[in-house]
Amino acid sequence: MLLEVTIRLKKGVADPEGANTLKTLRLLGFSTLQEVKSLKTWRIEVDTRDPGEARRQAEEMCRRLLANPVIQDYEIRTLDGG
Amino acid sequence: MDLRKREKEMKRGDIRVAIVRMEGTNCEEEMHRAFQKSGARPEMVHLKELASGRKHLEDYQCLMFPGGFSAGDYVRSGAIFASRLKSTMGGDLTRYVERGYPVGGVCNGFQVLVELGLLPALQGTLAEAPEAALATNDSGRFECRPTYIRHASPCAFTHRIPRGQVRQMPVAHGEGKLSFPPERQPRILDQLEENGQIVFRYTDPRGHPAGYPWNPSGTPGGITGICNPQGNVFGMMPHPERVYDPWTHQDWTRVPRREGDGRAVFESVLTYIEKKF
Repeated sequence: MLLEVTIRLKKGVADPEGANTLKTLRLLGFSTLQEVKSLKTWRIEVDTRDPGEARRQAEEMCRRLLANPVIQDYEIRTLDGG
Repeated sequence: MDLRKREKEMKRGDIRVAIVRMEGTNCEEEMHRAFQKSGARPEMVHLKELASGRKHLEDYQCLMFPGGFSAGDYVRSGAIFASRLKSTMGGDLTRYVERGYPVGGVCNGFQVLVELGLLPALQGTLAEAPEAALATNDSGRFECRPTYIRHASPCAFTHRIPRGQVRQMPVAHGEGKLSFPPERQPRILDQLEENGQIVFRYTDPRGHPAGYPWNPSGTPGGITGICNPQGNVFGMMPHPERVYDPWTHQDWTRVPRREGDGRAVFESVLTYIEKKF
């Protein structure tokens, strides 16, 4: 089963990477640009056909490594019909 | 921190320090050298040697996490090192800390201790999930240069430095901004202050609070070194091992020093061990 895990900064946490990219894109002439946020996406394949089990494993991965709950939120999406 | 003189102190040359490393660790050579020059017995110890039982935590009187980088610093700085430590020896580490042994981390080592949950340890020795994060510098850049830090409160690793003294130590990191859940950050910072857990703060050369570039990461209140409430787990972003000797200071030809500004960190923790164990 294929999953996509997206890690994003929590509301209120500074995003210097996004802010610097916004500044640069504006300098490149994208004058209508309003906001740029940085995200990280992981594509994960687990050896199960059970979407519930796949999601449970992905949540455990987020808790134990992929996200720091102090500054980051995560979102899990199944990609192959789960 | 009780450092009253015991009848029989441990000898400096008998103190074994584990410099813990894993794939992609660096700066462990400098850390090893600093402890060796202070007269202790440092030893490079790979995480797998501890996890497999080939080497044992209780054979060492101090654990040091060097920095640098580890495991490519993928995911987040220090996160991979911390998750492997926690899954293989979290219980052993908790008992080690609770017995009063000192555990230190510099730069990536500090990030490891925060990701691991050993710092700031507001809810117990080892938090189940991280209580803080070392987030990307406000500048969005890797900041690499000398900084000035003021000693705010002593711990096992700094008690030889007079409180309030300003020292010069270099930083080299992209993620050094100490962060807490935004809605609770002011209260947590107050709590750290009350507990005496804020060990070092960035300042200008005269010791006054200052923003960028003196504070290279934008860390709140200039906080760049914290300890646990007991004072035996300590992490800092600047590198004391890089200024162990006076001649590795960038201004060594202009500023006379009897010893490098970082040496006191190593002398402090070794004195702590001599008196406590």
